[in-house]
Amino acid sequence: MIEVFHLVPALLIGALAVYTTVARDTFAATVGFIAYGLMLTVAWVQLHGVDVALTESAIGGGLTGLLLVRASAKLRATEAAARAERPRASTRLAAAILAAAVSAGLAIAVLALPDPAPTLAPEVLANMGPTGVGNPITAVLMAFRATDTLLEAIVLLLALVGVWSLAPDRVWGGRPGPRYNADPDGILAFIARVLPPIGIIVGIYIFWVGADDPGGKFQGATIVAAMWLLVLMAGLTDAPPISRRLLRAGLVAGPVAFIAIGFAGVATAGAFLAYPDGWSKPLILVVEFALMPSLALTLGLIMAGAPERAEAASPREAAP
Amino acid sequence: MSTLVDLFSYVAIGAGAIFFLAGTVGLLRFPDTLTRLHALTKADNLGLGLVVLGLLPHVAGVLPALKLIAIWLLVLLSGADASQLIARAARRGEPRSRPGP
Repeated sequence: MIEVFHLVPALLIGALAVYTTVARDTFAATVGFIAYGLMLTVAWVQLHGVDVALTESAIGGGLTGLLLVRASAKLRATEAAARAERPRASTRLAAAILAAAVSAGLAIAVLALPDPAPTLAPEVLANMGPTGVGNPITAVLMAFRATDTLLEAIVLLLALVGVWSLAPDRVWGGRPGPRYNADPDGILAFIARVLPPIGIIVGIYIFWVGADDPGGKFQGATIVAAMWLLVLMAGLTDAPPISRRLLRAGLVAGPVAFIAIGFAGVATAGAFLAYPDGWSKPLILVVEFALMPSLALTLGLIMAGAPERAEAASPREAAP
Repeated sequence: MSTLVDLFSYVAIGAGAIFFLAGTVGLLRFPDTLTRLHALTKADNLGLGLVVLGLLPHVAGVLPALKLIAIWLLVLLSGADASQLIARAARRGEPRSRPGP
C-alpha cells in the first residue's frame, strides 16, 4: 500500500514531464509544467522534505508557472509561425543525442550514489545548538551555508535586472506591466480586498515559523508578493515606476544588510558571514527581517514584468 | 470509541474522495465551460470539506484543527472567485485562457 502511494506520484511526475516536453502548444505545456510542480510538491512531502515542498509549490510551480503563463500569452501572436518552422533532421538528432546523454549521465550519477548516501545531517544536528535555531534547514541556510542564501537573494535581484532590461528606451524608468482595469465592483476587486489581509498574515506566519518548523523567508515572501500582484491585477493600485529611489532602496536593503553583517563577521568572528558567539540567533533574525521585504518586492516586480508605460512627469520634475 | 471515530473518518474521507472522482469525471465529460465549472466546484467544496471533516478527529489540539478548517474556507473562497472569473470570461465569448486548436 505504501509503495502504491509513492509510485503514483512518481509515475505522474514522469508522465507530466513527458507531456510538458512533447506538447506542441505553449500554453498547454505551461499548464503541464504547473501540474508537474504540484506533483513534485507531493513527492517532497512524501520524502518528509516539507521545506523543499513549500519552496517548490511557491516558487517552482506557482511563481515560475505564472511567469511562463505570461510568456506564453505574449508568444501567442507568433506561435503559429514558430510551429510552422521545423528544425532540420540533423539539428533534431543532435538535440536528441544531447538530451539522452544528459539524462543518462544523471541516471548514472544517481544510481552510483553510495547506499546509505553520505550525509552531514548528524553534524548539523550536533552543531545546531549555538545557532539558537530549531529548524535544521534554517540552521544550514542561515548559519552553516549562509553564503548560498546570500547568493540566492542576489540572483533574484539579477533576474529582476534582466526583466527590466527588456524595456524599450522610451519607457525606461516607467511603470511595469499594463495598467489593469478590472471592474471596480467585480469579483476580482472583491477578492483583492478580502484575500490580502489573510494572505499577508499567512506569509508572515510562514516566514516566522521558519526558525523552528518548515517555512522561511522565500516562501513567505512569495505569498506576500502574490497578494501584491492580486491587488495590482484587480486595478486597485498601480505598480510604482522603477526609477523611484525608495523602491530601489527597498530592493537592495535586504542583501546590503546581509553583506554588512557578513563583513562584520570578519572583524568580530574571524570569517565572512561568521556570527560571534551568542549572537547567532539575533543576527540571523536581523538578516531574515531585512531580507523578507526585499524578497517580496523583488519577486513581485519580477512578476509585474518589464516597464511598459513611461511615467508621467511628476509635479516636482515639471517645475522649473 | 476510537473504532467509531475511525469509522467516521473512513466514511467522511471516502465520501470526499467520491466527490473528487465525480468532479474529475464531470470536468472531463461535461460539454461546456459552465457545466465543467459546476462539476469542479463539487470536488473543491464538498470533496475537500468532507476530507477535512474526516481528518479533524485525528489532529492533535485545537489550533491544527482550526488551520485545517481555515484551509477549507480559503479554498472555498478562492474556488468560488476563480469560477466566477472563468465563467465571466467564457460568457464574454473571449476564451482568454484557451487558445484555439
